[in-house]
Amino acid sequence: MSSLTINKKSRRIIPGFHLSLGYTMLYVSLLVVLPLSMIFLQTMSLSWQEFWHIITDRRVVASYKISFGTALAAGLINALFGTIIAWVLVRYQFPFKRLIDGLVDLPFALPTAVAGIALTSLYAPKGWIGQFFDFKIAFTPLGIIIALTFIGLPFVVRTVQPVLQNIQVEVEEASASLGATRWQTIWKVIFPELIPAILTGFSLAFARALGEYGSVVFIAGNMPMKTEITPLLIMTKLEQYDYAGATAIAVVMLVTSFVLLFTINIIQWLANRRFVH
Amino acid sequence: MEQSTFLQKSAPTATKSAALQEPRFVRYTLTAIALLFLSFFIVLPLVSIFAAAFQSGVDVYFAAITHPDALAAIKLTLIVVVIAVPLNAIFGVMAAWALTKFHFKGKNLLLTIVDLPFAVSPVIAGLIFILLFGAQGVFGDWLFANDIKIVFALPGIVLATVFVTLPFVARELIPLMQTQGTSEEEASISLGASGWKTFWYVTLPNIKWGLVYGLILCNARAIGEFGAVSVVSGHIRGMTNTMPLHIEILYNEYQFSAAFAVASIMSIFAIITLIIKDVVAWKSKSN
Repeated sequence: MSSLTINKKSRRIIPGFHLSLGYTMLYVSLLVVLPLSMIFLQTMSLSWQEFWHIITDRRVVASYKISFGTALAAGLINALFGTIIAWVLVRYQFPFKRLIDGLVDLPFALPTAVAGIALTSLYAPKGWIGQFFDFKIAFTPLGIIIALTFIGLPFVVRTVQPVLQNIQVEVEEASASLGATRWQTIWKVIFPELIPAILTGFSLAFARALGEYGSVVFIAGNMPMKTEITPLLIMTKLEQYDYAGATAIAVVMLVTSFVLLFTINIIQWLANRRFVH
Repeated sequence: MEQSTFLQKSAPTATKSAALQEPRFVRYTLTAIALLFLSFFIVLPLVSIFAAAFQSGVDVYFAAITHPDALAAIKLTLIVVVIAVPLNAIFGVMAAWALTKFHFKGKNLLLTIVDLPFAVSPVIAGLIFILLFGAQGVFGDWLFANDIKIVFALPGIVLATVFVTLPFVARELIPLMQTQGTSEEEASISLGASGWKTFWYVTLPNIKWGLVYGLILCNARAIGEFGAVSVVSGHIRGMTNTMPLHIEILYNEYQFSAAFAVASIMSIFAIITLIIKDVVAWKSKSN
């Protein structure tokens, strides 16, 4: 019946609009919107002073600094090395290249808890790598940075790689034939094309690192004020049945994530606009 | 062909390639940096898992993975995956159909909502279901009165997993179906095929590799999800412990060999995932 009336109007020829949209809306309402709105609803039960008191508590503020600082460091490490890895994978030939390319995705496929215990045992003072350093890596912020670098590694590589593949040789030839040195061509012709992809990859890795829990709890040591990340603090409050406290901190984290998501979209929008011209 | 004529035309090849390629030592240094970085962050951790798993001998390894608690954890993980992945696969196809075959108001908002679970910390993903279905939650009293357990039981673990893996299939299909447009479906419908027939014989063959790709990623995350499940599971041994939670318990009890033994099984899953992913990427490229 309904398809008949739609055909008469000769607008939506393809069927299933109401079914697919209705199903999608119902699914995301029940599983995403309703559950997430609980965070804000629960926070309403707190007065502004109570809320402010919880989210500016010394231990909580220390956890923001640790989470933010380590996620930022890991994001920057990934931006630098991810770009180099993408460059090497696209431009150079070496043995086992295909295998190594495939391994870059391991952090997406390996459970975070498994990554956590593996990295901890490697970088612990007596571990395969940790034994060569006379300072502690695991159970310090350095350990957190290593876990977060692992988690975020594929993001930059996988956003930069396709852009690098699509840069046409002619552009580089033109640059070279106009007398640019190789370094000038890379720095002034290729690199600017890569910046949006690097920024997107960095933001994705950073956003993922901010919320990461599984791989970090093993390697962090979880000392309050020193190596306690914000997601762990939420977990601790939950274990003490302090739901209001856990939720208040969750609001801060959620708002930060949304701002990041928004920033990523703006970067991509700006980048697309630039390439259209 | 083109390349050979190009080479014939430009006689001074040496100067040309110097302008188009970095000096050899730069190439070697960059390759070395990339490979060293990947060894320290990817290869060594992977190798160390298997080394640690077999450290106390093969007997300990098999004892660990055939322990009743380990088997219960494997079984629970499989049950969760078998429920969560198909749910999100059907959703992914539905959402991609709605978002790519039609124009409507609020499309971008819906796209953002579909993406949201990726932006939320796993711990928060668990917390929201505690706030809904926990003892102090909105539905807590009602659930208690009717003797229904969601949190600290299978339904809670499934819900948290569904939330965390919700965007994977949709995210893979939406860009794919967007580039394919609607002309083939329109042709099929105007030739008299039904909606289902059109989907089955026209759309599905076009999106099958994207669908498989999304399923693999969704599956890998569903198997390995730790933070969200940890919040809602209640950690009841042999009952509500998934494989990652079982690994955590073993590790915290200093049963390192056993923890790594179970971890090695999950690593094999991960490696198989990567292989299938590579094959699928290769197949879809050659199509």
